[in-house]
Amino acid sequence: MTNSSTTSQATATGVLARHQAELDAGRFLIQRCGACQRAVYFPRALCPHCGAGEPAMVAPAGTGAVYAVTTVRRKPEAGGDYNVCIVELDEGVRLMSRVEGMPLADVRIGLRVRARVVVPPGGSGMVVFGAATGDAA
Amino acid sequence: MTTLKQLRGSAAIAGVATYGCGEAPGHTDMELLAEAARRAVADAGLAMKDIDGLCTASASATMWAMPVIEYLGLRPSYIDSTMLGGSSFIAHLLPAMQALASGQCNAVLVCYGSAQRTATFGRKEVVASRRFLDPQPYETPYEPMQPLSAYALAASRHMHEFGTTRRDLAEVAVAARAWARLNPEAFMRGPLSIDDVLGARMVCDPLSVRDSCLVTDGAGAFVLVRADHARDLPREPVHVLGTGTAVWNRQISSMHDLTMTAARDSGRAAFGMAGLAPRDIDVVQLYDAFTINVLLFLEDLGFCAKGEGGAFVRDGAIAPGGRLPVNTNGGGLSCVHPGMYGIFALIEAVRQLRGEGGERQVAGAVTALAHGNGGTLSSQATAVLGLAQAL
Ligand SMILES: [Zn+2]
Repeated sequence: MTNSSTTSQATATGVLARHQAELDAGRFLIQRCGACQRAVYFPRALCPHCGAGEPAMVAPAGTGAVYAVTTVRRKPEAGGDYNVCIVELDEGVRLMSRVEGMPLADVRIGLRVRARVVVPPGGSGMVVFGAATGDAA
Repeated sequence: MTTLKQLRGSAAIAGVATYGCGEAPGHTDMELLAEAARRAVADAGLAMKDIDGLCTASASATMWAMPVIEYLGLRPSYIDSTMLGGSSFIAHLLPAMQALASGQCNAVLVCYGSAQRTATFGRKEVVASRRFLDPQPYETPYEPMQPLSAYALAASRHMHEFGTTRRDLAEVAVAARAWARLNPEAFMRGPLSIDDVLGARMVCDPLSVRDSCLVTDGAGAFVLVRADHARDLPREPVHVLGTGTAVWNRQISSMHDLTMTAARDSGRAAFGMAGLAPRDIDVVQLYDAFTINVLLFLEDLGFCAKGEGGAFVRDGAIAPGGRLPVNTNGGGLSCVHPGMYGIFALIEAVRQLRGEGGERQVAGAVTALAHGNGGTLSSQATAVLGLAQAL
């Protein structure tokens, strides 16, 4: 009993923990529902479209477009202004993120972007975006 | 079975009060709530012992109804502490009407108080606690300055899709201030121009500090009774003709369309129950946490078409003397905003219908709409109110 419950606990890690573990290893995954075939993000234990059990985690193409954007103003001594945006992936799901590597004023709605995973020092893996230069719009 | 149509006008607001609006240093949330409650019950011509229903919610205490009941010395047979953020106290209306109609209770007190402006336990601590108690692990890592960033994202999308401008947003803040200047209770009453708003410090583009609500203390309370009971009480009854609540999402990144809120559903439900349309409404109170809210809610509630909110508010159209009086107390932008504003929108609607608006009174108002919003464009609750001649 003790052994099997220990084993099942070790393998039955939740959706959030497994998704984060993948991010920590540098992999960005979304979900796709086996029942209704729709993409899901953020990952969860059931499909919010049809109610089916846990959708499978799959790798997205990683490309999308900025759907909404704001520049959060912050004093220079506190780190300065930064970008927060919502990106719509080509799979049709959206997520909050930020666009890096370009002037804040150039991060505009419709900008084509490509995902990458960063792991901040001492932090957890997270998805950020950069301009998808060369991608077809 | 009682249908919603049968509930139309079955209950009326018999008493209202606000207390401690602006700054109330040295007070607790509970003290402000209790004084507003005491005054609302007295305004209704009732005694606290007549109150046998209680609706309340708190942004910090998860079991808030219990200490409120204890503090006020109540023994309620009906209790609702559903917490939907700032829309809560309008969302409390429909279940309370059902409880009154069934005879479960006879007089429902709806109350809220917050000392968030002057409290030593400030917003920073609240935000830090929520990271553990109510996590949003798919947004928090990007450090959105919430709730402001969420509304800024919605504003950015509205501007992109419909050509809405910062000047359109500024119209909302300027109209709110113009109303506030006529309201002795309003916290900010200095002159404010479009250029002042456009030139104000940016916080989350495209929203500036003047596109953002106040952070004040304040408490509000109202008493709901059956309509026949209300007719025997001293105040002119303000009937609840229709009301509805809707939630589609919690996180801004989960919104299906950043330019359309669940107010579309809550408004449809409220107007449907009331048998009225936006053109029938004399005075409108919208939860203006940020200027973009007013545009979104004017559209989603049907006062104008989707995307036309900017054009609708131009040239002082919702300011004193404009075509539609909106947020006649000065709103959350200029009057009061102690964390959850919805109850103040409802109270101002009642005051206008009772003709107690003083300098800001909308002449001959018979119907009013009050709309609450909670979270980051997450929960929406609408109430259509009217005097006896609207029944
Ligand atoms: Zn599905």
